[in-house]
Amino acid sequence: MFVRLSAAIAAMSLLSSAALAQGAKPTDPQIAHIAYTAGVIDIAAAKQALTKTGNKEVKAFAEDMVRDHEAVNKQALDLVKKLKVTPEDNDTSRTLSKNAADKLAELAKLKDAEFDKAYVANEVAYHKAVDSALETTLIPNSGNAELKSLLQTGLKIFQGHEQHAEHVAAALK
Amino acid sequence: MTPRWPLSIVAALALGVMSVSAHAATIQITMENLVISPAEASAKVGDTVEWINKDIFAHTATAQNGDWDVTMPPKKTVTSVLKKAGIIEYYCRFHPNMKATLTVTP
Repeated sequence: MFVRLSAAIAAMSLLSSAALAQGAKPTDPQIAHIAYTAGVIDIAAAKQALTKTGNKEVKAFAEDMVRDHEAVNKQALDLVKKLKVTPEDNDTSRTLSKNAADKLAELAKLKDAEFDKAYVANEVAYHKAVDSALETTLIPNSGNAELKSLLQTGLKIFQGHEQHAEHVAAALK
Repeated sequence: MTPRWPLSIVAALALGVMSVSAHAATIQITMENLVISPAEASAKVGDTVEWINKDIFAHTATAQNGDWDVTMPPKKTVTSVLKKAGIIEYYCRFHPNMKATLTVTP
């Protein structure tokens, strides 16, 4: 549990330090890429959960994650198309993807209640990290008003996910 | 607490003077930016609710007491007819922070 949490915190600090390390604030094409990547990661995690869980609440939560994150990402794709912006890969996106791949592999080894607990605990930590990155880095640095507004909608819905994940985590104890 | 009457109800009451009172009304409840408004609405049995979802997310209006469960796809409006009286607390099953009350009188 603590290992997972610290991994998430490491991911969270990487999220901001990677951007800072470039000596510049993330640009809109980078922000779009990071936000989209963060959504893809959570959808992949949810799809893994749907193949592994037998728990009704975990299943409903994972279905919510797929539905909402796909909705946000579809909107994000429509927006970048409209703005003629090409999302730009960057260190933060790469770090997020690498960490997520490791986490998927780690969770793949777990079963039943053990999997459920680990998945939901990671969802709590992951949404905390993403919400914090949105609040402190991505939203303040986004230049385009429509991108900012979409990120704000994202933040609002992901805060709900964080609470939902905490609720499910408490029920699993 | 002052009851907040949707315009349609006020109109229905006003019209009731002229027409037979049993005319069903339509009330609108909107889900936008993960908020249900109005948070407190009133209607009568037989009235229609127009559930307007302005979000990019799917929502539901799910009665806590199990009376009804309406699903609204993103950016769609769905209607349902109120069949039972009661003070109905309802929420969105997908986003449980979204809560509101609908008072249905006989």
